[in-house]
Amino acid sequence: MSMNSLTSDFRYFDEAPPERDAPAPSAARASAGVEPQSVHLRFSGLGKRYEGAQGAVQALRGIDLAVRRGEIFGIIGRSGAGKSSLLRTINRLEQPSEGQVLIDGEDIGSYDSERLVALRRRIGMIFQHFNLLSAKTVGENVELPLRVAGVPRERRQRKVEEVLRLVGLESKRDAYPAQLSGGQKQRVGIARALVHDPQILLCDEATSALDPETTQSILALLREINRRLRLTIVLITHEMEVIREICDRVAVLEHGELVEQGPIWQVFGAPRHPATRTLLAPLQQKLPEDLLGQLQNGRRQPNDRLLLELRYTGASDREPDLAGLGAHLGGRVTLLQGGVERIQGRTLGQLLLAVADTPLAAEALRRQALELADSVEVLGYVAAA
Amino acid sequence: MSPLLERLWQALLDTLLMVGASAFLALVLGIPLAVLLVTTSRGGLFEAPHLNRVVGWLVNLFRSVPFLILMVALIPFTRLLVGTSYGVWAAVVPLTIAATPFFARIAEVSLREVDPGLIEAAQAMGCQRRHIVWHVLLAEARPGLVGGFTITLVTLINASAMAGAIGAGGLGDLAYRYGYQRFDSQTMITVIVVLVALVCLLQYGGDRLARGLNRR
Repeated sequence: MSMNSLTSDFRYFDEAPPERDAPAPSAARASAGVEPQSVHLRFSGLGKRYEGAQGAVQALRGIDLAVRRGEIFGIIGRSGAGKSSLLRTINRLEQPSEGQVLIDGEDIGSYDSERLVALRRRIGMIFQHFNLLSAKTVGENVELPLRVAGVPRERRQRKVEEVLRLVGLESKRDAYPAQLSGGQKQRVGIARALVHDPQILLCDEATSALDPETTQSILALLREINRRLRLTIVLITHEMEVIREICDRVAVLEHGELVEQGPIWQVFGAPRHPATRTLLAPLQQKLPEDLLGQLQNGRRQPNDRLLLELRYTGASDREPDLAGLGAHLGGRVTLLQGGVERIQGRTLGQLLLAVADTPLAAEALRRQALELADSVEVLGYVAAA
Repeated sequence: MSPLLERLWQALLDTLLMVGASAFLALVLGIPLAVLLVTTSRGGLFEAPHLNRVVGWLVNLFRSVPFLILMVALIPFTRLLVGTSYGVWAAVVPLTIAATPFFARIAEVSLREVDPGLIEAAQAMGCQRRHIVWHVLLAEARPGLVGGFTITLVTLINASAMAGAIGAGGLGDLAYRYGYQRFDSQTMITVIVVLVALVCLLQYGGDRLARGLNRR
């Protein structure tokens, strides 16, 4: 687990997309020419109840949330947290039991079936299992939304070609979905979702059925179309990696309630709700087993090593200053384990340090370290090797 | 042509006519009936549980009456419809009425097997319900529908043999009158061979078509 998170953490140093390296204080990442503050989509007091055989189940409760125009907004939660229902209220595949969904300030709950169809043509959607029609070719699948909208054949053909080129599948036009790989199928799904030039794209666990490499390429494609087409993307996932990879902001859903939301760096750097911490746990480093076994509360020998855990939450401009740490803590400072990453131009991470041969007591060391990190925890002593 | 061959040829034509006409009607009537059964059920596109129950009950009613009895019971209706209760066209009426609910139930199963995710995707892309029936339900179920229709054809050949009882002619009638009543084993065996060949041919053709349509 920790090896994994180490490699993915360090990858950013090699191939960080340019805007992630932007200077830290510039707050939310300003994507190409997009007004970051304008609200595109708003949930207000949204609730959803299902009447089941064993009584009603409250799937969503009191959701208040605003998604900005042009951002990639992630909704994460465990399965059954209600993310799928929430996503589906945006194109009214799911009818809210209470509250409203406002798109461009308009309550879509009042739409009749005709306006609903028009709305759905402004909102693209892609799915975990792609949901392509097996009896139709790639071209026919992508063309279908235009066909049922009565778009003339010639314009349809042109548009299909255009979106297939956008997703890099122009050569697969006459293939059937069964002849494609998972990643290619999702590309067809994306092409189909874009064929009406939507303003919003909904992604329902769009990469959950794909292998890690394909996931990366699909996420890169989503990021690209988000910028090129200035599309607002709302995605749901249960994988924090996906959120970290492409989202601007994230909301955490737990038992149908919104428990936390904010920019990615903030939620990753300083998660406030236990549900968020649980979701982040696989990405985080744990104290290695061997050290955990040796850990003791007080110092026994003068050369015992004190273990400190330093965290960088991105809230300040503190960064792991290795030379500074050495100087501040005195003695012999060893980095036992660590992970640092840059998200949205901020440095987040945690370092596990061992300090030996220092004249300072634990509390004094902690205070010293706190000048160079956002939070410091004294874990205990381990006997010198 | 020998008298046997001549009789055989006529009987084959009668069978093909009876089966062909009633199969065509069963297809034209059965598909909408299957769509109705699927879409009006709970959670369906045109949810209407009461209508669904009535239609389901009617289908079961006709499916539960043995064909021979159905045929006799329908004689007044047949006479009303085709003017006679005798001959090939008179047999088409009960055959159609028996085959339609039969095929509708088989088609219903194929339609129900269409992934609900595809219907959801179609709704999300702005398809109206009629589009979903055509582009999703019927298009995706096509291989299954072809397979179900093949079964219906074979069952119709089977049932058409009984139509000889109301003087409809056909292979079954030939085998019964010559082979059974006159102890003419040559006719009997020939008819059986022709029937087996016919069923095999239909099944082979149906399977090939279904496979050709299956893109999964």
